[in-house]
Amino acid sequence: MHNFDFVKPASVADAVAALAAEGAQALSGGMTLLPTMKQRLAAPEVLVSLTGIAELRGVSGRAGASVTIGGATTHATVAAEAKAFYPALAALAGQIGDPAVRNRGTIGGSLANNDPSACYPSAALASGATITTNQRDIAAEDYFQGMFATALGEGEIITAVTFPIPEKAAYIKFAQPASRFALVGVFVAKYADGVRVAVTGASNDGVFRWAEGEAALSGNFNGSALEGLSVPSDGMIADLHGTAAYRAHLVKVLTKRAVAAAM
Amino acid sequence: MPKDGGIGASTKRREDIRFLTGKGRYTDDINLRGQAYAHFVRSEVAHGRIKGIDFAAAEAMEGVVKVFTAADFAGVGGIPCGWQITDKHGKVMLEPKHPVLADGKVRHVGDPICVVVADTYEQARDAAEMIEIDIEELPAVLDMKAAIEPGGTLVHEEIGSNLCFDWGFVEENKAAVDEAFAKAAHVTTLELVNNRLVANPMEPRVAVADFESHSDQYTLYTTSQNPHVIRLLMGAFVLGIPEHKLRVVAPDVGGGFGSKIYHYAEEAFVTFAAKVVKRPVKWTSSRSEAFLSDAQGRDHVTKIELALDAENNFTAIRTDTYANMGAYLSTFAPAIPTWLHGTLMAGNYKTPLIYVNVKAVFTNTIPVDAYRGAGRPEATFQLERLVDKAARELGVDPVALRRQNFITEFPYQTPVAVVYDTGNYHATMDKLLEISDHAGFEARRMESAARGKLRGFGIAHYIEACGIAPSNLVGQLGARAGLYESATVRVNATGSISVYTGSHSHGQGHETSFAQVVAEMIGIDAAQIDIVHGDTSNTPMGMGTYGSRSLAVGGSAIVKATNKIINKAKKIASHLLEAAEGDIELKDGKFTVAGTDKSVDWVGVTLAAYVPHNYPLESLEPGLEETAFYDPSNFTYPSGAYGCEVEVDADTGQVTVLAFSAADDFGNIVNPMIVEGQVQGGLAQGIGQALMENCAYDENGQLLSGSFMDYAMPRATDLPMFNVDHSCVTPCTHNPLGVKGCGEAGAIGSPPAVVNAVIDALIRGGHDVKHIDMPLTPSRVWAAING
Repeated sequence: MHNFDFVKPASVADAVAALAAEGAQALSGGMTLLPTMKQRLAAPEVLVSLTGIAELRGVSGRAGASVTIGGATTHATVAAEAKAFYPALAALAGQIGDPAVRNRGTIGGSLANNDPSACYPSAALASGATITTNQRDIAAEDYFQGMFATALGEGEIITAVTFPIPEKAAYIKFAQPASRFALVGVFVAKYADGVRVAVTGASNDGVFRWAEGEAALSGNFNGSALEGLSVPSDGMIADLHGTAAYRAHLVKVLTKRAVAAAM
Repeated sequence: MPKDGGIGASTKRREDIRFLTGKGRYTDDINLRGQAYAHFVRSEVAHGRIKGIDFAAAEAMEGVVKVFTAADFAGVGGIPCGWQITDKHGKVMLEPKHPVLADGKVRHVGDPICVVVADTYEQARDAAEMIEIDIEELPAVLDMKAAIEPGGTLVHEEIGSNLCFDWGFVEENKAAVDEAFAKAAHVTTLELVNNRLVANPMEPRVAVADFESHSDQYTLYTTSQNPHVIRLLMGAFVLGIPEHKLRVVAPDVGGGFGSKIYHYAEEAFVTFAAKVVKRPVKWTSSRSEAFLSDAQGRDHVTKIELALDAENNFTAIRTDTYANMGAYLSTFAPAIPTWLHGTLMAGNYKTPLIYVNVKAVFTNTIPVDAYRGAGRPEATFQLERLVDKAARELGVDPVALRRQNFITEFPYQTPVAVVYDTGNYHATMDKLLEISDHAGFEARRMESAARGKLRGFGIAHYIEACGIAPSNLVGQLGARAGLYESATVRVNATGSISVYTGSHSHGQGHETSFAQVVAEMIGIDAAQIDIVHGDTSNTPMGMGTYGSRSLAVGGSAIVKATNKIINKAKKIASHLLEAAEGDIELKDGKFTVAGTDKSVDWVGVTLAAYVPHNYPLESLEPGLEETAFYDPSNFTYPSGAYGCEVEVDADTGQVTVLAFSAADDFGNIVNPMIVEGQVQGGLAQGIGQALMENCAYDENGQLLSGSFMDYAMPRATDLPMFNVDHSCVTPCTHNPLGVKGCGEAGAIGSPPAVVNAVIDALIRGGHDVKHIDMPLTPSRVWAAING
């Protein structure tokens, strides 16, 4: 790791000001950034910690309507405090990494990084969440722009994420055996106006919605509605842990299981 | 038995107190005054020619002491190989030089090219980034079969071939074996891969060295399973330092599994550099570096065939194996696919004719050497998968086919050189079927089926050769060392004892179990006894810890030395008690004149030995200290039956190990708790190999599984509660404790049991799957199910 300056502002405004410095980089839980820096693959000159900003932390919501999570809220806090509002989201947070990761990593950090195998992007996309930054509100549909790419601009910080609460939802993660990231993860959410299915881990383009599955499930929210459908393997990730065809197959299997598990 | 535990007691491990309270003293805890830090710059390509190294800018950076390249090692020997194989044509193996730093060429990703020594570790790393290395990349040699085709790229041009040796065993049997196949009523054939593994001990390697110019004395602290072997190899063959000027210390070592047996370039480097830069030099491996520089394990590609007669008796076995050596020959690499593999191909079966062919091949990959089991897991996996496949082809019960062919009379001369002294394979099989509730399997399978899951039961029976090894025999087989062990037992005046052993402990619990042996023999409390190891300056010669040899060989040396102590103590007691030596009995730490109540206790004798006022000085030296060397007369042959029960989710290919039972015959047992722990650890590694672990390279020789993000280590949640039994005992006939060794069994017997179980589940579930190569990841199992 190269040397760097470290600042820990107490307000979003101060953080934005600090990020204007040359070579500055926002740091939330650091679950990806710190290992990258240790490997000397990243060498920011200034790390601007977001974890000291009280307004970025916490879970609030209105039962049956929506839940809003501060950008620097840890997975452990989401797992514990979002449960009353959105059990499937809390369950997803409770399965990320291990206890150490869950007590450091944050929802804003995960969404800003947009790792193609991270869990949160599937929840945000399947829920039609709104990503709020210090500058604007961004619909999840517009936010995710491919592997490690998002709509965030320079100096833009995720301050909160708001999830409309579905009637039923579930997330099923099939873990990559080594990293325990999602080899494929499927988040299914049933709203009054239809069902949304978002898939992480599978595609070279990052998180995506399985439109065909959504259409079938919107008509009949039952795994049997998926019979006969298949997910094309074009564009799926192929690596040591699974072929493209395997990942495509898992999308359907896990969607079925998510529907069965939806609560 | 001593009240705090002698032989047979599950005494808690005394060393765990310091390990669990953070008081262990590992090599990285050793920091010498004024030490500098070494950072290795390693090859990023698998194969290439070094055209130039520009390190002037790096050497000018703040804190940098010196940048070393191969040029600094011009007068230094290469890393030696400890075993020379003679091939089937009578030709000795090809043995290319293994320079400390890459000289002219790099031959694997991670091959060290130069080293920055600086005041701090970060300065060394900063400077390393300034070094410009010009490499002309060459095609990477990866596929073993293609590598030995004529005209291809050579890993080492100077030896003219990538074929290290072509070993035939037993060559004289080959024609008879072929004839048996020609006459066979049935032949079962299986082609398989034994996947390459990374040992991944919890503690990465570390080396720190010092040179004292006033005494010409070098000291190397290193993470080793055998400090004396390192002293011998590095001192004699690499750096030319005589033993009396080189002290090697392997303090607490956090696991090895074989990977810390070998002499590595980094150890030679820090020892050499400490003299050059005139200050201690330290190197600590990162986990990433461990993936690139620790010797890896397994990596065999095999075709094996079994010939049977019309009554299903095994009549011959024939194998054809390609064994990957990696880019250089690691210390014991040539011995693993040959003498630790070919000699085990009889397994537990009375197959009269066996022929094993092994082609050892150089490739542009990290060197391969022993990893827990070393050759024996490869043999067992082939054989036990093959027998299972044969049973299916013949439509007979795999247990019955095994039983029909079991060796039942001992000693048994196998057709592959070794002689099994003892064993009872029906007993271990009976025990396995009992403890695994084999009879209840069908009901459990139905229960799984009701949940939509496929359940399978797999069996494997293994034999291993441990207690390595008779020196005269291994000398004939190409070992460049003896494989005895030594011990010094030093009794102090007040009766406490320090036992100095050449066996190194790095997780095996020797400090506890060896003390139990001495406590039992003398009849004093184990707390009175300390086991000292790991420092060439205070222990006698040691060949180290590997091949499940510590208790069988090192323990036997301790028994011999302790017997010498007891004999001398009896002489002293006979003097003190004014009785004939032959009438003195030792029991519970007390010497008694047989048939009388005249006695003297242990401390009375030890005190007399060191304060010899009333002592037979004219016939007996004062003091009470004895050394013994023990050289085994044969290998030991632990064996056992393993049973694995799995459930397969056919939709995802996910395998869940529901139960694993192990019925082992380890001979006599000193500490059952430690034995159980050893078996459990071995099972975890074997299940890891079978289902998860895989060291993979891409087509350019880049390591794909270079971190725990891609190399899947088993975790507690991947494993069932183990059902371990070692009540079947046929004591070893040729060592004083009757012990056989238990360290590797779990890793040897479990992979075929797991794979047999998965295949059983798939076949019972209606899927015609003959074999899946390890690791049986969900993706591979799903692909096998879906053709």
